[in-house]
Order: sequence, then C-alpha cells, then structure tokens
Amino acid sequence: MSTYDPVEPGHNPARRQALSCLAAWTGAAVVWTVAGGVPRALGATTAGMPTAAAKNALTFVQISDTHIGFRKEANPDVVGSLRRAIADINALPQAPAFVVHTGDVSHLSKPEEFGKAREVLQEIRVDRVHTIPGEHDTIDEGVNGYLKFFDHDGNGKSWYSFDQGGVHFIGLNNVLNFKMGTMAALGDEQITWLKSNLARVSDSTPIVVLAHIPLWTIWEPWGWGTADSAQAMALLRPFGSVTVLNGHIHQVLQKVEGHIALHTAMSLAYPLPTPGQEGIGEPGPVTVPAGELGKLLGTRQLSVVRGRQELALIDTPLDR
Amino acid sequence: MSYVFSRNTTGPFRACAALALVFCAAFVMPAIFAAAAPPAPTVDLNIAKFAFAPKEISIAPGTKIIWTNRDETPHTVTSNDKSFASKGLDTDDKFEHTFASEGDFSYICTVHPFMTGVVHVRKQ
Repeated sequence: MSTYDPVEPGHNPARRQALSCLAAWTGAAVVWTVAGGVPRALGATTAGMPTAAAKNALTFVQISDTHIGFRKEANPDVVGSLRRAIADINALPQAPAFVVHTGDVSHLSKPEEFGKAREVLQEIRVDRVHTIPGEHDTIDEGVNGYLKFFDHDGNGKSWYSFDQGGVHFIGLNNVLNFKMGTMAALGDEQITWLKSNLARVSDSTPIVVLAHIPLWTIWEPWGWGTADSAQAMALLRPFGSVTVLNGHIHQVLQKVEGHIALHTAMSLAYPLPTPGQEGIGEPGPVTVPAGELGKLLGTRQLSVVRGRQELALIDTPLDR
Repeated sequence: MSYVFSRNTTGPFRACAALALVFCAAFVMPAIFAAAAPPAPTVDLNIAKFAFAPKEISIAPGTKIIWTNRDETPHTVTSNDKSFASKGLDTDDKFEHTFASEGDFSYICTVHPFMTGVVHVRKQ
C-alpha cells in the first residue's frame, strides 16, 4: 500500500517499481492521454484490448461519484466497487500521471465518509488524486466539511487550477449556488476567478475542466445542468482545445461544441436512469439484476496527445 | 454544618410544605398545563420520488409539519427565508417545524433545488 496522501502527496519511488510488476491492463478504468494538446481515451476497444498511449503523452484517469456511505440495495458495497476500480487503475500498463475524481466523493457529507474515501483513495498508486465536490459533499455545512479533507491548494476554496504535461487543468465547484427552482450554478465569484485564471493561459494551451454537474443542460427537470454554464463556456471558447469532464449523472454522454468537448462519466456507486427515462420520474438509484451492476460502473482513461486537438478517452466498466 | 441546620425550618412546617407540593403536582399543575398547551395539530408530509408531497399545503397557525424522506437519496427541507432548515435527511429521517405565525413559506431541497414546496399558514 502506498503512503501517498491526496492533500499532502509525498513521493514514493517504490510505487513506480511496484507498477512494473503488476498485471496487464484489465480495462476497468478509463485513462485520459493528452498528447499534442488533445486528450484521447485509451483502454478497451471493441476488441476489448487497450490502445497504447503515445510516447510522452500525458495520461490520467477519471473516476466519479463514489458516494462513500451509500449502502442501499442498488449497491450495498460502494467501497468494494471503488477498490475494484483502484485495482484496475493500479494494473494499467502505463501508469497514469494522476487521478481526478469529479465529485460526490461522499453520500451524506459526513466526516467519516470523507475520511473513509480519503483512506481508500490512498490505495491508488499515483502521485496525486485531484477531487472536486459534488452536491452530496456539501449537504450540511456547505463545502467546509469537504474542505477539511480535500483542500488541495490550502486556499480554503473548492476551485483551483494546476498545470501538468503542458495542459492547464481547472477544478470547479458548481454545486453551491442553488436558487429556488433553478439548476445549480458556478456563481459570480467563481466566474470572475475563472476569467482571471484563463487570462494567463495561451490560446494554444490545451485545457481540461473538471466540474461535477454537467456544464451543458442534459435534462433540466432533474437539475442535470448548470444555470450559468453559458458564461463559463464563453470564457473557454477562444481556446483551441477544451475538454470538460463531468460526473453527476452516472452514465457516459458526450457533446462537442466547436473546440469544446464535454464528457460525463460512469459512477462507482450505482446507475441512474437515462435522461427523462420513460416510466421513471426521478433521478434516483436504479437497482439492477445481480451481475449487471459491474457493467454499469466504471472508470475513464484519458490521454493528451501533443498536436491533436481531442483527448483520447476510454470508458471501461468494472465488469467486461 | 451546625450553622446550616440551625437555620432550617422546623419539622412540622417542612411536612406541611411537602404535602402542599405533592397536592400541586398531582392535581393543580396538570390542569394548568392541559389548559395552556393543547397538543399541536400535526401534519405528515412525504419526500418521495424527488418531490415534496403534497407540494403545496394550507395549515392553521400552530400546526406542526413532519417531513419524512422516503427516497434512497438524501434531501433537505430548507426555507427560502431561512426560518427553518433541516440537516441532510437520509432514508426515513424526519424533520419537523411548527408554524407559529401566518404567512407563505416556500422551501426547497438544497441538494436538488428543482424540488420545491410551499406552506400557506392562515387562520381558519
């Protein structure tokens, strides 16, 4: 087990050595590779075999919606599901640079849920796990309970940015600015921060944005959208390569708007209905027949390939 | 200690006072409480399938509403004027609030702000 801490990550060379001994790709994760500025997904293809990442490409993994603390019929063992995903990530033939978690780390924002999540995430053999909050992480005391465990830059803010492998990464919080009867929003303070943050980034720099709730409206009656996403999209539009990674809806959907590609990810806890699914009036956990759950949970591998606009991404279920 | 004892009232007086207290407790006080605080009318309200049911309700002042979350997903009951707010309610958790004065109180689930409800409090 690694000694890494997602808040204060330490360097552990033994981890890298251990990786070389691990089994080949099992395909339960999606790894992003960024090569040439365009994230591309690697991993399971129709033949069930991974695509090799380009040399020197930046590769990372997205996981989402672990809902630690959930123990209902739809998935009585969410920690077990997370550990299966971690085993897949740790077995990737090309170790990802880091892992991003796009929110709903916990189910009820309880300290013991955040603590358990942080403890289990430490089992991933990467240098860092970047998280953003989902609405399940901000239930009782806003984002403060979450920040006690996941304050990445120590600024007491749940939004932040970092640069790695020539890519500018931005983590956003779009789960707090609720107004009656509307969808969640980023809010003016964060939009202002985003504008100033992007002002120092060149148009040719690939950008990857993390936000829990989709930054495009998928299904408004269920709150599957961000009320002020148009303002954020306007700020991102001038850039040549923008990839937005979301969670929240527990299923894979994509949308491309010019140079902006938006992707939602699978959950590691339980499936949700398809948007507006007939016969289901609400976005609650869906209980599926035994043996089916692992096909609906999974991870995403991404690669950024230098010189290419789009990231490569591969969504891979736990059961294949 | 002797000083304290010397200040005590005599035995017969103490017995008398004690009897009076017992009488009060047994007969007078319950009558006072019953007259002053009739049980508040209570209305049960469900949170189910990501909706408050009923979504709109009219009650008399002094009525207590008890919300129960029937979903597997956490919800809150949070008024827009901040006059009442629950913690996150897990499955079967309850939240209650007594509406003392007249008014229209709209509320949402802060986890799912598309879930809205309103309580109309009117003398009936």
